[in-house]
Amino acid sequence: MAEVQELVTRLTKQFGCERESLLPILQDYVEEKRYLSKEAMVEIARQLDLSAADVYGTASFYSFLDTEERGEYVIRVCKSIIAEMKGKKEILRTLEDLLKVKVGGTTSCKKFTLLETNDIGWSDKEPSMLINDVPFTDLTPDKVIKIIAEYRKK
Amino acid sequence: METKQIKLSIDGVEVSVADGISILDAAKKINVHIPTLCHHEDLCVAGNCRICVVEVEGQRSLSASCATPAHEGMVIKTNTAKVRKARRDVAALLVSEHNTQCTTCYRSMNCELQAIASEYNVDNNIYLSVLKPNIQIDKSSWSIEKDDSKCIRCQRCVRTCAELQHVNALTVAHKGEHMKISTFLDLPMNEVVCTNCGQCINRCPTGALTERRYFDDLWEAIDDPTKHVVMNTAPSVRVALGEMLGYPVGTRVTGKMVAAMKKIGMDSVLDTDFTADLTIIEEGTELLGRLKKALVDKDPTVKLPMMTSCSPGWIKFIEHMYPEHLGHLSTCKSPQQMFGALAKTYYAEKKGIDPKDIVSVAIMPCAAKKYEANRPEMKSSGYQDVDAGLTTRELGFMIKQAGIDFRHLEDAQYDSFMGESTGAAVIFGATGGVMEAALRTAYEIVTGREVPFKNLNITPVRGTEGIKAASIKVENCVEEWKFLEGAELNVAVAHGLKNARIIMDQIAAGESPYHFIEVMACPGGCIGGGGQPIPTNEEIRKKRIAAIYEEDAGMSKRKSHENEEVIAMYKEYLGEPNGHKSHELLHTHYRKRNRY
Repeated sequence: MAEVQELVTRLTKQFGCERESLLPILQDYVEEKRYLSKEAMVEIARQLDLSAADVYGTASFYSFLDTEERGEYVIRVCKSIIAEMKGKKEILRTLEDLLKVKVGGTTSCKKFTLLETNDIGWSDKEPSMLINDVPFTDLTPDKVIKIIAEYRKK
Repeated sequence: METKQIKLSIDGVEVSVADGISILDAAKKINVHIPTLCHHEDLCVAGNCRICVVEVEGQRSLSASCATPAHEGMVIKTNTAKVRKARRDVAALLVSEHNTQCTTCYRSMNCELQAIASEYNVDNNIYLSVLKPNIQIDKSSWSIEKDDSKCIRCQRCVRTCAELQHVNALTVAHKGEHMKISTFLDLPMNEVVCTNCGQCINRCPTGALTERRYFDDLWEAIDDPTKHVVMNTAPSVRVALGEMLGYPVGTRVTGKMVAAMKKIGMDSVLDTDFTADLTIIEEGTELLGRLKKALVDKDPTVKLPMMTSCSPGWIKFIEHMYPEHLGHLSTCKSPQQMFGALAKTYYAEKKGIDPKDIVSVAIMPCAAKKYEANRPEMKSSGYQDVDAGLTTRELGFMIKQAGIDFRHLEDAQYDSFMGESTGAAVIFGATGGVMEAALRTAYEIVTGREVPFKNLNITPVRGTEGIKAASIKVENCVEEWKFLEGAELNVAVAHGLKNARIIMDQIAAGESPYHFIEVMACPGGCIGGGGQPIPTNEEIRKKRIAAIYEEDAGMSKRKSHENEEVIAMYKEYLGEPNGHKSHELLHTHYRKRNRY
């Protein structure tokens, strides 16, 4: 709790406590902590003098502002129709086998979360995925195995 | 400053309106009816449902009349093939996502979507039903049920909770087809900051938000010969119940209401006004006690201003939002809870009935009263003091279910005892009423004279202004209250939790100039409560308030301390105001609650 409070305090100092400060605070919080916990939303609401429901309502509108627990590395596989045609299913199956979780799940070690996402702008290089902010394109199952092995070492 | 007038034409009729008003309001001026759903007079413009579209000459697409300002020279058409088709399509699309089990809906025949769908004769075959399956009704709250299968996402509830009440328990979450009206993290209603005021229910166009109903339990108790059902009715029910039964807004139906309840089979029909008078004695004594401690004993722990505690929505609000200031609340229970505690003690003893066989029921203008009745601390009698709190709407339904010909009922009188009341108690139903009643009594106790207002009408605390303040100079006090000689008693009245917040922020900042503050959670006070007939707007609330003051003016006694039955009860049972027995039965405590 103290850690949450500290981070929120730092962010409100940086962005202010106005209504319009909410979105940058949410973005930066998620960048650091991967997701908005219940405690985080309550604390942000308290410091901005908003209702917690307001904070949740705002966050839930944005796909990249997660309000459920996420691992250290959030993998988002593009689910566009082109990705589908270029073998996204196989990529997803490989990831599910490797991580032993289904889409939406987080590994028990809290290292990885597997999600799907709408188009991330790599239609010419599908299938693609994001790991946190880093894009990976022209994926094959072999490539995915190597990438995940690299991340496991981090 | 005079507002600029502009001229426009609506359906071929020239109309002159103030610059800045919407096309919808301009059309109202010449009695052109435009259907609305997301629009509500009490709330800001949303413009999201599009049912109110009209044609504006020179524009290719239709305009939402609620969200489009009228301009000079505009030519508007509200009844063209294009408009009719668009409205019908909007209605049909909303219906396609709606749970259309209208026959089983509590709001059937009082539903704005149903009315519009029927008006436009929406054909079920235009769009397939895309109602999401397996939507669970949230029945976690004692007061409010939330059924998303009936929600049209007009967001009136969200705006009500934000704009009128500054609570924001409800929000819009997610987007696109997943968009829904949600609480924080979609938690059940009983776990969030909801104050149970029910203002969202009053503004919901459909049956998505309703009060939790208890009339089936009540029928069961009435049918059980071993149960003694004691009913009491709040002041504001008598000026609103008529709306459920075909009377014009503002009709007083006190006598017929009492007659109907007797016909329904209540064993005793009593008046919450009796304990409203009692509240004045207890709360007035508490206030004078606090003033004495502050002024004479110089006790620094005394909390002033003291604030009223009759409104359970307000109580839950302060418990959530300002828990560090709970000491400002009067410790008096609300009249409903005082009544319940006395029904199963004083009343039971006097009547010789075992309190376990008494079912005590309160008819209230309120949704929050249901929650209040179920507070765990409300068991002073050793039993749950109030078994059920029903709304004015539920009573209306019960009268219909019983097949009573309400119009032709002879007026009847409340039973005795605990049925007597004064005008001071009746005005509890309107914003400012508790303050006025308290002043009528407190001033007289302190000075030995009636309040210096014509016909006892303390007009500065009346009316629908959000926050009203008044000052009363106390002069020529009787011996016991000499320490108040020359004092200026500053009072304030707030209604709607938005205004309560302003008052509380003053207190939190240490800048409150008041000694005594009345707060009612609902706009207009109890007459605008979350359990009152739907619809509501400023005009309706004003008519109900006028009826409340008419009722007061017609009473033979208009000061709480003149209520003979209350005086007798102190003599026989309670002892003295704020005494030991009073504290046991009539006072309570508050607690801190979470802020989400």
